[in-house]
Amino acid sequence: MNAIDQTLSHRDSKGRPIVAVTGLGIITSLGQGKDANWEALTAGRSGVHAIERFPTQGLRTTIGGTVDFLFDGSFTAPELSEKLAMLAAEEAVGQSGLGAPGDFPGELFMAVPPVEMEWPQKQELAASIDGDVDYDGLLRAAASQKFKAMHEMFLFGTVADHVADTFGTKGSPISLSTACSSGATAIQMGVEAIRRGETQAALCIGTDGSIHAEALIRFSLLSALSTQNDPPEAAAKPFSKNRDGFVMGEGAGALVLEDYDHALARGATILGIVAGCGERGDGFHRTRSSPDGKPAILAMQDALADAGLAPDDVDYINAHGTSTPENDKMEAMSCAAVFGERMARLPMSSNKSMLGHTLTAAGAVEAVISFLTIANSRIPPTINYTTPDPAIALDVVPNVARNATVRTVLSNSFGFGGQNTSLVLSAEPARA
Amino acid sequence: MQRDVVITGIGLASSLGEGIEAHAAALAGTPAPIVDTASFAPYPVHPLKPLELDRQIPKKSDQRQMEPWQRLGVYAAGLALDGAGIKDDAQTKSILQVIVAAGGGERDHAVDGAILTGLRGANEPGSFLNERLMGDLRPTLFLAQLSNLLAGNIGIVHGITGASRTFMGEEQAGVDAIRTAHARIASGQAEIMLVGGSYNAERRDMLLLFELGGYLRKGDFAPVFSREDAPGVITGSASGFLVLESAERAAARGARVHATLDKVAATRSKRQPGTVETALRGLLTGLGPVSSGALAVSAATGAAGITAEEAAAIATLPQTRRIATGDLVGHAVEAAFPVSVALAAAALSTGQAKEAIVTGAGHWRGEGAARLGTA
Repeated sequence: MNAIDQTLSHRDSKGRPIVAVTGLGIITSLGQGKDANWEALTAGRSGVHAIERFPTQGLRTTIGGTVDFLFDGSFTAPELSEKLAMLAAEEAVGQSGLGAPGDFPGELFMAVPPVEMEWPQKQELAASIDGDVDYDGLLRAAASQKFKAMHEMFLFGTVADHVADTFGTKGSPISLSTACSSGATAIQMGVEAIRRGETQAALCIGTDGSIHAEALIRFSLLSALSTQNDPPEAAAKPFSKNRDGFVMGEGAGALVLEDYDHALARGATILGIVAGCGERGDGFHRTRSSPDGKPAILAMQDALADAGLAPDDVDYINAHGTSTPENDKMEAMSCAAVFGERMARLPMSSNKSMLGHTLTAAGAVEAVISFLTIANSRIPPTINYTTPDPAIALDVVPNVARNATVRTVLSNSFGFGGQNTSLVLSAEPARA
Repeated sequence: MQRDVVITGIGLASSLGEGIEAHAAALAGTPAPIVDTASFAPYPVHPLKPLELDRQIPKKSDQRQMEPWQRLGVYAAGLALDGAGIKDDAQTKSILQVIVAAGGGERDHAVDGAILTGLRGANEPGSFLNERLMGDLRPTLFLAQLSNLLAGNIGIVHGITGASRTFMGEEQAGVDAIRTAHARIASGQAEIMLVGGSYNAERRDMLLLFELGGYLRKGDFAPVFSREDAPGVITGSASGFLVLESAERAAARGARVHATLDKVAATRSKRQPGTVETALRGLLTGLGPVSSGALAVSAATGAAGITAEEAAAIATLPQTRRIATGDLVGHAVEAAFPVSVALAAAALSTGQAKEAIVTGAGHWRGEGAARLGTA
């Protein structure tokens, strides 16, 4: 490293601190860690399989990208979500070399799935009361104080609290949700805190281990899930004409964000830059996007403007690409509005074709994969692309990974409740 | 660069009714608390005074697609927008950023009870559960349960196209929502924000979560700081929303400033006896010198131990009056701190004090404090 770099104060095009990425961690149904995931993603391998965690008799959808290799016995969604977050964070913090074990010198921003008491625990309470079960009976059972551990387990703040304890993050940890864009929002909040100068580092995590019967049934009742269960690995088919819904997935992505000058001064390896963030609300409908795609378009344009970049600077789009009829159409149309005729040859692929939709975690998981894409000059494909949708003219990097120089990625995340978030993720800028 | 942040909109709804006047009158006097000790016995709750929903949520179809906590929050958010004079200002609503502190949605208590009863005798419990959930869950229930759908409904009903974020994590979500909104305006990352929370206490599923940990007071009402006989939380249905704005922007548009929001701080003590008092004292010191005669508004839960520790920390202030939000409207969990800040702003707006300090300690984790002043 050039010694002069350490004395310069680097600023972005708007005079703000530059936000570097110095650590990345990932865990999905494809495996634990960057190496296992990258190998599988570039081989075009799917992590979607038949669900064995709970009985699926009578369900329209019986497949998912569950993470099944962490626990021997039974577990709740917050327990799995916490474990996934811990493992991803361990990898990211370890890579960054920042701080000391249990003493991370920065704040924690976590996208966590909403939690509530689950059926096995309610059944445990119900077993201790006589007669028909109602909530007054459950309350009497709870008042016995024999089930005290369930209180902490089903609080919304617990997963982040435990992660904060383990890694020794500073300040008040944030647990957030912007539905399916939550992981991207966690990164955005870390970026904002560093730009404000409140902290020189942030641990940003998206985690989701909430595939259980009721969660799957809720999405199923909204007709959001693919019902093409056989073969499971072919169900998620973003941008295909025969796409019929998303496949639920699990996983976690973790990023160590750091003030660029801080990272340079300690000689850290810079893995990339979070150059810009954009977010827009959509007041149109609770589950559907504005038909004109305006909020998604504005989110992408805002992210580019925040990064001080133009559409032509983007080399690759990491799509939200859920495989629902509506999202993929809206996203393709919105990208066409932002990138114009260049969209026909601008590569855009969906990691969800292999991972399923990791929901709360997706924005963080896909940001990690985007930085791996930059580092390896190789774009993971959109698999299961055998029946192109003529209404969507895209280069989806069909079925096979592709070598390409990628310096700047636009990563999209859209969610129920009108949440639209886009991130501009870049290679390290050329040093002066 | 740190810019001044002011409060130009206050939305409050609770057992006391709605609006600044109803709540300011309660702050100024010593009203008898509105407590229902029968409906959820042995757990007292402060029930929401029924709202004329049509006034803030004109479409019945919107009302139907929400649960009580969402309707309450959308209503209070509407009051804040009205008060700030931006309800019909599409341009402002396109840049208005929203942060909501929220929990989760309400269970269908009858469905849960019937399924739990049926599961006891089921030969194949797994497929029984699947069949019943597929048949008995309302498809739209999920949307009413998602934490971020309060923010989503605020956007839909009030036509806000700026972005929203939802913070979860019980009481501390409310502290961090206010803290983050303040920081974004102070640093120039946002010009105007809508921030707040909403809590429906009249639901057994949430009482169950608190009772599992042994946090609820049983029997009669007693003031938050006088529950030594039976310490515990008395929850209340309440929502508080604020429109925060940079002082320059508020001045430029001639908006009425109810109060200034000077500082907001949060921390997380590793709970042991004494840590809450130490943490709150530290936060209060960080707020800077407090002038004598300040109003102290506490979001204390009533939980054993930590409530006395919060009282001890507040006692270090040169305050003339200490008000427990819980005595007025009950404990509103995620909304407790936003409601407390909104009450403090209402008190300053109606000339009851020139400065106010707000404190809060979550029933399980998290401590926060804020300082408000007059413009």
